Amino acid sequence: MALKFEVLGKFNRARAARLALPHFVCQTPLFMPVGTQGTIKGLTNNQLEEIGCQIILGNTYHLALRPGAELIDDLGGLHKFMNWKRALLTDSGGFQMVSLLHLADITEQGVTFQSPVDAKPMLLTPEESIQIQNKIGADIIMALDDVVKTTITGPRIEEAMYRTLRWIDRCIVAHKRPDEQNLFGIVQGGLDPVLRDICVRGLVDRNLPGYAIGGLSGGEDKDSFWRVVAQCTAALPEDKPRYVMGVGYPLDLVVCSALGADMYDCVYPTRTARFGTALIPEGLLKLKNQAMANDERPIDPTCLCMVCRNYTRAYLHCIVTKDPMGSQLVSYHNLSYMMRLSKDLHTSIVEGRFPEFVQGFLRVQFPKGDIPEWVCNAMEVAGIDVSTCCAP
Amino acid sequence: MRFAVTRACGGGGGRARTGALYIGGSTTAPIETPSLLISTRKGLPTFVSRDHLAALPTPDSLLLHVSPLHFLDCPSSKTISNIGGLHQMLGLHEHFFVAAPRDSLESLPESEGTNKLGASFETPCGRRLIKPSAYVEKIASLKPNLWASMADEVPAWVSEKRNKTSVDRTLRWLDECLALDPAGGKTMLGLVVGGSNIEERKHCAIEVATRNVSGFWIGGFGLGENVEERSVLLNAVTDNLPEEKVRFISGLSLPEEVLQGVASGIDLFDSTYIYHLTLGGFALIFPFKILDHNNLDFQLDDTVGDRTKINLRATIYRKDISPIVANCSCFTCQNHTRAYINHLLNVHEMLAHILLEIHNTHHYLGFFRAMREAIKGGKFDLFRQRFVESRRIHLTSAVLCS
Repeated sequence: MALKFEVLGKFNRARAARLALPHFVCQTPLFMPVGTQGTIKGLTNNQLEEIGCQIILGNTYHLALRPGAELIDDLGGLHKFMNWKRALLTDSGGFQMVSLLHLADITEQGVTFQSPVDAKPMLLTPEESIQIQNKIGADIIMALDDVVKTTITGPRIEEAMYRTLRWIDRCIVAHKRPDEQNLFGIVQGGLDPVLRDICVRGLVDRNLPGYAIGGLSGGEDKDSFWRVVAQCTAALPEDKPRYVMGVGYPLDLVVCSALGADMYDCVYPTRTARFGTALIPEGLLKLKNQAMANDERPIDPTCLCMVCRNYTRAYLHCIVTKDPMGSQLVSYHNLSYMMRLSKDLHTSIVEGRFPEFVQGFLRVQFPKGDIPEWVCNAMEVAGIDVSTCCAP
Repeated sequence: MRFAVTRACGGGGGRARTGALYIGGSTTAPIETPSLLISTRKGLPTFVSRDHLAALPTPDSLLLHVSPLHFLDCPSSKTISNIGGLHQMLGLHEHFFVAAPRDSLESLPESEGTNKLGASFETPCGRRLIKPSAYVEKIASLKPNLWASMADEVPAWVSEKRNKTSVDRTLRWLDECLALDPAGGKTMLGLVVGGSNIEERKHCAIEVATRNVSGFWIGGFGLGENVEERSVLLNAVTDNLPEEKVRFISGLSLPEEVLQGVASGIDLFDSTYIYHLTLGGFALIFPFKILDHNNLDFQLDDTVGDRTKINLRATIYRKDISPIVANCSCFTCQNHTRAYINHLLNVHEMLAHILLEIHNTHHYLGFFRAMREAIKGGKFDLFRQRFVESRRIHLTSAVLCS
């Protein structure tokens, strides 16, 4: 174990914690921007620090291709290669394999696929994935899991869940740096509560430093989504971090935090920025919209980031999707928004005003009181009264 | 605005000079010339955001070129005015903007479409014709610190008649801009053209010099004239402009071209060199202290190429953990390695260009500083000669090796 997780405050299931990792001490709940190829698109390290990023995610699949795990290892690990002084997390490479490569095939051995470089058949095994992640050197590494889309039904889901458990043992054996890198297991099982329960118990038995809830954010309906998160957070140990992979939208972060999750990652804030969409407390601001052409306000008058303190919607309207600077500036703002949200979640829990924060958040996002039913249901389980935010 | 020549390389036909350009209030340090205008796209550098721009050497990096043509479509002049002009709109309150229509990248003078009504430019939005009244209106909303009048810039190969027309038009538009300028020319730069015709160049310069402008913008270069005739044409212009007023030029981008311009008495350069280097994945590495060496033995790595720049896409940099230039104080060299930038270029990440533009701007500004030192020391000609030779040394050594 190479981390320390200390809960500093709670409200029902929600918790604010201190997560001490080898490279950085973090505060949860937190959002991790995705730096796929060893960089967050268009932002420099000092900007990320200013924004308040604590952990960045790197993609094992992409990095193993270019520049290559050996090279990263030779040059002292990904931290040194990127010169990123805070924490890093790498995923196993499994998800990319399955989502990017049409000809991927999953067997007990591992994931076979066609190399995108020279079309040779390749095999990513649990051992290989851990070996690569050991070379990259991130603070948190993810087990190779058998990922199945939640939109699939049938015996494949059960097969994947049991295989995930068999693979975690292989990952644990293969992991050569447990004192420096934390191996997180990933809970699979689709939308089936029975399967999820088996998987959680199996992973908890292995006494891992942390746990992720995988296989979500892949197109399932929201009602199913929150129920799986709620079930898993209820069953996972209190004293270890819980990471919901692929989340996402600000609303999802708030709901999952209310249900007891701690960590999140998603490409959404940076990707949507490049298409000219900014994240604001009210929801989304589409900067390309003609209505923005003469709007002299900043993206978000309540935001204190460098972009909101210096630029108007009118000017950003001119540059988004047209000039690289447009990508940079909106990405900067969107990540600032996510970091601010993370901090607000943490602080409001610590200061004993979490329900008020959630209510305030929902009121601004849904001024007409039309809060989606799934949110109301989730909040009921979380023990947060949102009736004052709902229209009569 | 105030400009003063601080050192003139007299004797030996030397027209190179150093100067001090005071744009801000009296408390602001002057921009020492010869210096560089940083290129912008809609007012901001292509890749360097305002926080990284502020970290570049000052006051050298405070001068930005802006083309009003980038704002033809949006925001509207009214919105720009409401926001408060360029400085407000771009969040660059400490910087100085010099506006001129041509930017050699996205607003290219297109002489066939130009007519008596206005100047034509090729832009990313197609061919646009801009009339003096519309131009001045845009300038009024943008509120740059200095602005150039409109010109009919023609390439070197046009007929004598077309060239003469371009001079007449340019002078007429200068007078129109002056008439529309509420400040009466105090922040205006008169545009001088004349193509490849010495007489026209002389005539235009003399005429513009009689107008009540605060400085000059020399146009029409970098449009097909050959290198040899360029010096003659430049001299024909600068010899007929008052010594004590500042001279800007566009179209001279490469270090050799800049040296040529400085030798003819030009003070400020709008250059696209950094942009092209950056997009190509190149980083400048040439040393400045070329006057301190008796031989041309530079402390460079044994790279192939012309020793001015390295192509960071090359595989030899895959594991090179040194900075682009040892002891360079720019953000890129202080924080990142050649290996990392090589990787970023290979995976087509924007960060590569951000880091390269920071370094290349920093480095090119250093080149200008070294030029100023050379002029102050009375050694500009030697500096120029050494630099040009050093750029060609890889050719001679390649010949010797083969």
